[in-house]
Amino acid sequence: MTAANRINGALRKIPAWPIYWGVAAWVAWTFYQAASGLAGGPEPINWLEREYGALGLKLLIAGLLITPLRTWTGINLIKFRRAIGVTTFFLILAHFLVWAVLDVQTFARVWTEIVKRKYVTIGMAAFVLMIPLVMTSNNRSIRKMGPLIWRKLHRLTYPVVVLAGIHYLWLVKGFQIEPIAYMTVISGILVARLAWIRPKSA
Amino acid sequence: MAYRWTNDLTAADVTPKVAVMNRRQIMAGAAGLGAIGFSATQAAAQDTLTPNSFEDITTYNNYYEFGTGKSDPAKNAHKLVTSPWSIKVDGLVDNPGDYTVAELLDGLDIEERIYRFRCVEAWSMVVPWNGVELADILMKAGVQPEGRYVAFETVVQPENMIGVQRRVLDFPYVEGLRMDEAMHPLTMLATGLYGDPLPNQSGAPIRVVVPWKYGFKSIKSIVRITVTDQEPPTSWNIANAREYGFYSNVNPKVDHARWSQATHREIGGGIFARRQPTLMFNGYADQVASLYDGMDLTINF
Repeated sequence: MTAANRINGALRKIPAWPIYWGVAAWVAWTFYQAASGLAGGPEPINWLEREYGALGLKLLIAGLLITPLRTWTGINLIKFRRAIGVTTFFLILAHFLVWAVLDVQTFARVWTEIVKRKYVTIGMAAFVLMIPLVMTSNNRSIRKMGPLIWRKLHRLTYPVVVLAGIHYLWLVKGFQIEPIAYMTVISGILVARLAWIRPKSA
Repeated sequence: MAYRWTNDLTAADVTPKVAVMNRRQIMAGAAGLGAIGFSATQAAAQDTLTPNSFEDITTYNNYYEFGTGKSDPAKNAHKLVTSPWSIKVDGLVDNPGDYTVAELLDGLDIEERIYRFRCVEAWSMVVPWNGVELADILMKAGVQPEGRYVAFETVVQPENMIGVQRRVLDFPYVEGLRMDEAMHPLTMLATGLYGDPLPNQSGAPIRVVVPWKYGFKSIKSIVRITVTDQEPPTSWNIANAREYGFYSNVNPKVDHARWSQATHREIGGGIFARRQPTLMFNGYADQVASLYDGMDLTINF
């Protein structure tokens, strides 16, 4: 545990706020690249949608790995979890907006897609489930709700990540490795969450 | 050349190479077409047919043998070995055998045809192909009276094809057409793009082009042409029959199982471009709608 303690000591000096600014800058930079033709190739919208969606999924998974990491290694990243969760929400909001405004373009078509296409419905459901989470990601909400109810509400992150993984799996053509790899990691997290009894200290 | 189909564009309209990257010049050239004296509707249709840049056409591809990302084929297809190349012509033909591309094309003139290209994924391009009518090749092969379908097969070079190693689809990639579709004057065997030989990622050295069907019907890098009396299996139909039918005609009224086909995005328009309405048979309804008279295109999608 000394190594973990030393890492935790170093981590204590690192603030969480660069996560917000870093992701915001990345979102802006990626958008600029797509808009200016610097990246994304001849069809930058699809590229932009996927960039935002993929980082969102990665951060969702990262947020869910924080607790198992602490349990198994003692390394405590919990102070970064709120920043990761909140930026994930805004990434997925950007993902949704690029899809709705730049890709599908009209409200009628957006609505039709959400209702009619199952992979869109699923992605949308994941996004909607994130709204109460982002709205309660502040100290006041934790105090008002009490930690038990708050923690229960925030277990919604599990259905969110499962829906997000299925959303990705469902939208590709043919047999592709990437979405399957993500789904495997997500399943691992779920199994770990369900199987293992958390230590009392948590 | 049989001259069963007349290109609306003449040699004078072939875009000079220096202008290929200059969209405004191409637009100006297309706008001038109306004055040359084609029928009003054809000219109007051609006005909007501005070929995509060579770069668009050759860096945004679906060629799953070389990876599933749109830029993967441009990155990986250099490994494709296209020489020597042999195409087996077999089945219900009078002159079966293994032919080189040159032998297949012997005696035929290469024409340029500027076609719309509509992918099943709801995006589109305009491509200036060079090639011959498939009908001419089939006539040289001598289709026997019982021949009702034509099947095609793409080359498999597992050591050169990352997608084949990953088994993204059940390779070799196979496609097919009904005989009347295959003999239709719009249906081409293309060997070039913008006047140059096909780049590997575009299906070198020889590929099918069927402009009124979704792009995956236009099978690339073919090594086999088989005339049969029954509907041949096709790769995407094998992979997912619910989503991909044998016909796969461009049809804005019949949606894909997972997305709408009513509109599409034109490649090269940038991120603020409006979606465009998809045309029945990709804008070639006047030429091909009669092939499907009496057929329910919702069932035969």
